[in-house]
Amino acid sequence: MTTTTFEVEAKSGLWRKIVSALPYVALSISIIPILVGYYWVIIATFSYRTEGLFPVDANGNIGGFTLQNWQFLLDPQIWRVTLNSFLIAIGMVIGVGFLSTLTGYALSRMNFRGRKGFLGLTLVLHAFRPELLLIAIFQVLLFIAGIPLLGKVFGFNTVGGVALVMVALELPLGIWLMKGFFDNLSWDMERAALIDGASRFRVWWEIILPQVKPGLAALAIFNFIAGWNAYLIPFTFTIGAKVSNLSVYLNQFSGDTSPTGWNQVAAVGLFQLLPILIFFIFTQETLLSIYGGGAKGGT
Amino acid sequence: MKVELVNLTKRWGDVVGADGINLTIEHGEFVAFLGPSGCGKTTTLLMVAGIYKPTAGEILFDGKVVNAVPPKDRNIGMVFQSYALYPHMTVFQNISYPLKLKKVPKEEMQKRVQRVADMMGIGHLLDRKPAQLSGGQQQRVALGRALVKEPQLLLFDEPLSNLDARLRLSMRSEIKRLQIDLGITSIYVTHDQVEAMTMADRVAVMKDGKLQAFSPPDELYERPKTLFVAGFVGNPPMNFFDVEVVIENGEYHARGVGIDLVVPAERGEKAVGRGKVIMGVRPEHVSLADEGASGVINIVEPLGRDDLIDVRIGETDVQLLVEPGLGLRIGDHVKLHFDTENVQFFDPDTEKSLLW
Repeated sequence: MTTTTFEVEAKSGLWRKIVSALPYVALSISIIPILVGYYWVIIATFSYRTEGLFPVDANGNIGGFTLQNWQFLLDPQIWRVTLNSFLIAIGMVIGVGFLSTLTGYALSRMNFRGRKGFLGLTLVLHAFRPELLLIAIFQVLLFIAGIPLLGKVFGFNTVGGVALVMVALELPLGIWLMKGFFDNLSWDMERAALIDGASRFRVWWEIILPQVKPGLAALAIFNFIAGWNAYLIPFTFTIGAKVSNLSVYLNQFSGDTSPTGWNQVAAVGLFQLLPILIFFIFTQETLLSIYGGGAKGGT
Repeated sequence: MKVELVNLTKRWGDVVGADGINLTIEHGEFVAFLGPSGCGKTTTLLMVAGIYKPTAGEILFDGKVVNAVPPKDRNIGMVFQSYALYPHMTVFQNISYPLKLKKVPKEEMQKRVQRVADMMGIGHLLDRKPAQLSGGQQQRVALGRALVKEPQLLLFDEPLSNLDARLRLSMRSEIKRLQIDLGITSIYVTHDQVEAMTMADRVAVMKDGKLQAFSPPDELYERPKTLFVAGFVGNPPMNFFDVEVVIENGEYHARGVGIDLVVPAERGEKAVGRGKVIMGVRPEHVSLADEGASGVINIVEPLGRDDLIDVRIGETDVQLLVEPGLGLRIGDHVKLHFDTENVQFFDPDTEKSLLW
């Protein structure tokens, strides 16, 4: 009698283990294609060419490791475009972060004429594909370029101009996101601070802003990635290497006239990916809070 | 500080928050704003705090109109139902925040915070964050923060609503004692009539933005000025009957369906000859008897010390408290005696008391 009970228990224990392992098995299997992709990119950057998943030399034998794909690092132009990518990314982080925090707070807390309409319009604007707006933006940037001083920084064919357009396109999302975070905060805290003797601005800066830090951080990371990877806007509104960025630089390897050097593309792509990967490892927790915190707020 | 509200009104479009509130709070007095939710008590409080701007009317502190004075210059302390502590600051930083804004020197700040924290019994928690404290401790921090700047007026917005029942009782007496010790004029908003009655020197009862009554608790209880006050103050609530008061053989009789009571002459004479009036009798003035109005038991609710029973007489349900263990059941026929000495009469149209 006793032995059979033990057996049953042992069996159910094993069964439970198998069931609890299932999700891991399923996830591991589904992640394989992605891992293989990364593996291929890394191998490709260090080899003459690849056949399947194996690096081969000119004769088709396995081997043929080389560093020639990374030669672009010696080209001064790469550092120029890397800097531009970085400037666009930072510009977006600061621009979108600053403006959406202020706008989101005002929309969350203040009641003014046209508030509902503004909120709706912002959402509609976000639904526009940037491609639809390219020609209009082109005209605007040309106009800005005509303004003395300002045109040099934010006009057509400037890094500032690209950042400006990117910020504008990303603002609706940022505003809604920050508004959602502010909506979750109780009014009492603000009232308490006002009674404690703080000015409106200090309440915002010392009491409210610290509460939405996770949201702000998530927004910053989002925008950094968006800015770093930007392609369409810089490709359209810049001419020449001086003002282009990494994605556009990467594009020139798959030109129309010469055969594409895939291994070189892989190397540049990996180079572009590295900062994001490192960034993500340190910030993934904050990055995920954007879904947890931002989604809760209503209108 | 003496606080006067003169015709104080707050409207948002068609929505009326407070409607022509007139009252005067004396220096050092503890006043409760009592009413159901949505009655405008918190709105009124926030206007006193300077968070809401009045639509009309005036707020006077010591005779000076403060309508345009921002909250930070009103020298008030406020405690919120949600505590409203700053979660990213430690207890020390929370309590010292008002002093920091006043640019009080560091050393004095340290001393004052420690003194207030010790007074509130949270002196050992100064390094903690609010999230690491229990509800009662958080409320003490909120109270400490309100007290540390030595305000001339303390405002409480349902401060005990989020605490469990036992803690509410102890905090209630603690706040009351603190207020007496410090002598700070206080306004206490609550929907809990027991809190209002036990703590306040005077209670302002509000309904639909209007002030219904403003008097000491015992007067509120014994001489309610309106039907609403009579029904809202007291637990279990007052019983109401539709009656007509007539004179018969020199005695005043209040007659309704299934009921005929002799009432004292000085009360009866004010209700006589008016046709239908509403008569109010408190549950403690109704008792089981061998003779009297007969009715059927509707509900029996054991409360421990007493049983609350609900007896149907004619068309009216009468609540009364009886000794437990009488073995009363739903459907039993009983007879009720009414002690009419404290009977109340109200005009059914204006809902105002005919007596006071």
